[in-house]
Amino acid sequence: MAFPQPRPQAPQLPQHLLRTIDCQQGAVRAVRFNIDGNYLLSCGSDKSLKLWSASRGTLLKTYSGHGYEVLDADGSYDNSQICSCSSDKTVILWDVATGQVTRKLRGHAGKVNCVQFNEEATVILSGSIDGTVRCWDTRSRRYEPIQVLDEARDSISSLKVAQHELLTGSVDGRVRRYDLRMGQLHVDFISSPITCVCFSQDGQCTLSSSLDSTLRLLDKSTGEMLGEYTGHKMKGYKLDCCLSSKDTHVLSCSEDGHVYCWDLVEGSLSLKLPVGKAVVQSLSFHPTETRLLTAMEGRVQVWGAEQEEMEEDVIAT
Amino acid sequence: MASDSDSDEDFVTYGTPLEPLEEDEPLKKPIPLHDQTVKDEKGRYQRFHGAFTGGFSAGYFNTVGSKEGWTPSAFVSSRQQKAEKHHARPEDFMDEEDFSEHGIAPREITTSQEFSSSRRDKAGEKARAISAQAALIPGDTLLEELIAPARSSIGVELLMKMGWKEGQGVGPRVKRKARRQQKDGGGKVYGCTLPPAGSEESEDDDEEFAPENVTFAPKDVTPVDFNPRLGVQGLGYRGLDPSLALLGHGTAEHIDLFKPQSETRNRLFGDTKSSSRRGGVVGQAFGVGALEDDDEDVYHRDSMSRYDTILGEEEPGDGLYGWTAPQQYTKKKDRSKDASYLGKILEGFTLAQKPLEEKTIFPPPSLPRDYRPVHHFRPSVDVSHLSGVSPALAEALRVSKGHMVKEEPQQAGRHQLDSGQRRALLGEDTLQGPSSVMELLRPEDRQRLLSLRNSSNPPSAKTSIPVSSHASQTSGKSAQVLPASSDLQQVSLAAWRGIQTSSQTFKPFEKNPSKQARYELYLSCLKQGDNDALEQSLDPGMTEWERSREREEFVRASILYRPTSSSLSSRFTRAKDQEDDDSVEVSPDQEGDLDDKQAAVKMKMFGKLTRETFEWYPDKLLCKRFNVPDPYPGSGIVGLPKVKRDKFSVFNFLTVTQSREAAAPPKPPESGKKSRWDVSEQKVEKKKEDLLGELLSAARNQTETKVEQTPTPALPALPASISSSDQAPGSKPEIKSSDQQSSEEKKDGDEEEEEEEESRPPMDLFKAIFASSSDEKSSSSSEGESSDEEEEKETKEDEGKMDSEPLNLFSIPSTSTTTTSSSATTTSFSSSANTSSSHQAAVSTQASKQEEEEFGPKLPPPSAALSRGGATSICPPSKEVKTGKKSKEKKHKKKKHYKHKKEKKKKKHKKHKHKETAEEEQGGGDGEQEDGQVSTDELLKRLKSIRSHQMW
Repeated sequence: MAFPQPRPQAPQLPQHLLRTIDCQQGAVRAVRFNIDGNYLLSCGSDKSLKLWSASRGTLLKTYSGHGYEVLDADGSYDNSQICSCSSDKTVILWDVATGQVTRKLRGHAGKVNCVQFNEEATVILSGSIDGTVRCWDTRSRRYEPIQVLDEARDSISSLKVAQHELLTGSVDGRVRRYDLRMGQLHVDFISSPITCVCFSQDGQCTLSSSLDSTLRLLDKSTGEMLGEYTGHKMKGYKLDCCLSSKDTHVLSCSEDGHVYCWDLVEGSLSLKLPVGKAVVQSLSFHPTETRLLTAMEGRVQVWGAEQEEMEEDVIAT
Repeated sequence: MASDSDSDEDFVTYGTPLEPLEEDEPLKKPIPLHDQTVKDEKGRYQRFHGAFTGGFSAGYFNTVGSKEGWTPSAFVSSRQQKAEKHHARPEDFMDEEDFSEHGIAPREITTSQEFSSSRRDKAGEKARAISAQAALIPGDTLLEELIAPARSSIGVELLMKMGWKEGQGVGPRVKRKARRQQKDGGGKVYGCTLPPAGSEESEDDDEEFAPENVTFAPKDVTPVDFNPRLGVQGLGYRGLDPSLALLGHGTAEHIDLFKPQSETRNRLFGDTKSSSRRGGVVGQAFGVGALEDDDEDVYHRDSMSRYDTILGEEEPGDGLYGWTAPQQYTKKKDRSKDASYLGKILEGFTLAQKPLEEKTIFPPPSLPRDYRPVHHFRPSVDVSHLSGVSPALAEALRVSKGHMVKEEPQQAGRHQLDSGQRRALLGEDTLQGPSSVMELLRPEDRQRLLSLRNSSNPPSAKTSIPVSSHASQTSGKSAQVLPASSDLQQVSLAAWRGIQTSSQTFKPFEKNPSKQARYELYLSCLKQGDNDALEQSLDPGMTEWERSREREEFVRASILYRPTSSSLSSRFTRAKDQEDDDSVEVSPDQEGDLDDKQAAVKMKMFGKLTRETFEWYPDKLLCKRFNVPDPYPGSGIVGLPKVKRDKFSVFNFLTVTQSREAAAPPKPPESGKKSRWDVSEQKVEKKKEDLLGELLSAARNQTETKVEQTPTPALPALPASISSSDQAPGSKPEIKSSDQQSSEEKKDGDEEEEEEEESRPPMDLFKAIFASSSDEKSSSSSEGESSDEEEEKETKEDEGKMDSEPLNLFSIPSTSTTTTSSSATTTSFSSSANTSSSHQAAVSTQASKQEEEEFGPKLPPPSAALSRGGATSICPPSKEVKTGKKSKEKKHKKKKHYKHKKEKKKKKHKKHKHKETAEEEQGGGDGEQEDGQVSTDELLKRLKSIRSHQMW
């Protein structure tokens, strides 16, 4: 630390549309960056999962094998595997290069809302509408989950993994944080059905969005509320929220076709990004850069801080 | 040097000048590539060939030798001169080009290296002489020294002309540095004649008197003579020192002034010091030769006096340094330089070679301001063992222990637990057989037993008093004092004698292991028919009173648990879960009071009020996969301790579905951010008495009043609560709320309702279940489905006109509207080609599918036009939007048709909001109704399949 920290720049917001990708796979249920933000995954309602280059917007691979619409996906840390979950109650582990199904994990009693790898991609965690989170082992050939977390009393709508912690948001209005290291379960009561939960990048806070059109930033250790973000509309749909890559802003989808972006500390609305007329269903923030993905209907849009050289907007694939 | 002094214009020119260009002359044609040839001195073409011969090949037009081809220079027929041996030299195979200046073996007469200036090259000489010292024959250079070549090389001569003298270094002169060298140069040393002269002291004096303005030539640098190793010995092998070999056995004496080596060496270096030190251990052959019988030498120890103990004070003086100098020199030099540079280093110390590693010291964590270093132990109330206590009380007791404490049911140490508790911790199965007698007895028997105990107690109390007075009495006598117990003793003896039961007997004194052990000893004595079994088994260390009591207990226990009953018990297995204890049924994360929490949420007081922390046991493998140590090593528990999963009974489903069909609750008045699920939990949790601390009371009062005010929003949403359709929808909530308030009332109340509340599974399960039947269809054919969906819309419209008010699953009006529209249109994004599918079948599948869609937050509809409907509750759709959408969707022309219908529908939305829900419910109920119409058998069949599904 011999050098002084560079002067902090004013945080930039992804307010320029860089690219629009027409995914051609029905409604895009979720869009996710991969681990380094070079690729993106789009989960379509036509049972397909597609891998795109984030910089060029070209289709790289289509993964088909689900029996119903794909609801969420996640890429492994080494980009070698993808897990996805679907309304067909299965979780599928894909080989990225070949596009083959490595494993198809059955066990959930209902559609699987969310799926995540752990850090080393040794465990797949999937949250389902049956109220359980199942921990699937990717290393062994077992087809039974390692453990079933059935503490939730309603559908698991979102889950995130950070190191040794598992954060789940449930429709029963509770955010549960399973701490594997401490062997503890912390339950935060939010009262309204949770649609999405996130860890902050520093791992000290949790962000949860709920159907009362509110995002709450809670201190992870005590459960105290650090911030509350309102203004958007989230009343009926399961929409995503996220934090910016440097924890400066809180972003959320909205049913009115905008992405709302609040300053994390002040709680003031700093950007209202008009995406389209329909519901912004999913969004994903680039892990390092100021770049945002939004999914609306059948399109995925890439937003950046500054205007790139304008390419052809719609890349027909 | 380059120019003459008299004329400035004359310059030395190198090479041949170009011909001056004449302006008139036309430009020369460039020579084409094929004409650019090279010819040798004989006019032969040469081709570029290689770098060895200047780039061009030898030979005859790129062949060898002559026109005739390659011929050896002296070919002799071997016939005539067989005997004459001819040694072929390399030169035989070379032509004149090879011998030319740039050839591989130039034949020009030059001064060879040996004779050029070797005589005067003192430095090189020295180096060679030094290395010769180490050779087997020291003084090898003697012969060379005698032969003196006549002339020196041109370089030396030039240098001499420039004022250089032998022995000096080359370079600018320096101030009083190279005194020794200077001296060296002054007194030229030839051969071995120079006597060792002068002492250090005198030199030092000279140096001191040296005037300031006198400069000296720099030191000459002695090149290191690297000669290759020729032997096969290893590195460091120096051979036997001839001096040692000649002068006899390895003398430990370190100074031998007449040693040839040191002598010559000193002389060569011009070292005039008394050679008081040596460079270290001088060469020794490794090992002992076969002819030597003296082992001592090999292992003789070096005395430290032979080593240089002075660090870096003096330079070696031999001039053997420079960048190529052996490491010992440079090292020494460095060290001495460091020390002298810094100056003030204590004697005996040197500078460290490596800097010390800095230790990073982490400051201790700052304590919070209100931290007091005192630990308060809370009185641990072992809730789990209080069987008689109501679950609510137990709950309260647990909660009252505080939030921050990790709630461990067993706080005792490992060694304080008895076997049973340890077994529970380890998650092992209990041994077969009941742990308590009472469980096995019928109520009448139990009564009898109690009466028996009551009757026998007074006599024992009586008898114990006299017994205690005779403290010194033997136990045998005291046994006789007890007539009643002795009778019983006989009975028990009769019962137990000669019976070999398995070890699985009842353990009435399980809580007290030592007592149990005594009891077992007693039993074993009984089995052998021992008459004074009691006296043997009792602990003599106890007081008489205790002993008498125990005697009594043992006898009675032995009668009660007589082998017959043990055989009886083997027919039964103990229930894993204690059915009668409902505190265990409830998972611990339902403990907190929801009202308090909700109040806290309303007041935005997140934190302690809304947070609950439980012990949670991750699976061992999961910890391993996460690279995390198991937080509870050795515990067999996984998940939350004491969680009991709901059992999904068929009847739950039946009642739920039926009630959903029939019930038509009113539209909830407004708001209520809670989902319906919260309400159900609320109910469940309300059952428990709220015994939280005063901390929560204020908040709680507030909520309770609020709940009283608006009980309706959530309650009608609870499908399970609507068990009977007879009840007026409006009145039901009040009943429910009152139900919640009093637990007794609830217990008195109809059991059916309670059962529903308790064991109702998460609604998603229903959904999942009912979806499962339709899923196969839907997944197989999505297109047909989408068309179905549109059909469904139509039917919905029709149904919407009906005035039946079905159960509203969503308390929020806006939500409900959005969900209906979304659920109606989720799958319709895919091209809807086929509209003429069979309606009836479609409706049923669609209905169940829709039901699936109702739970939890929805996914937005796939298309913008349709999603607009979701927003209607807040902003009614404008026409421009729609037209825009229409233009957008040119592909799906058919959708226009449906859009029109949608519009209608939206209008309806505005008019009566709960009609929408009615529609939805109708949709949901419709399918079920059909199910009901089809047959209840089918429903049962489905449920069976569901149950099998649940057995994951």
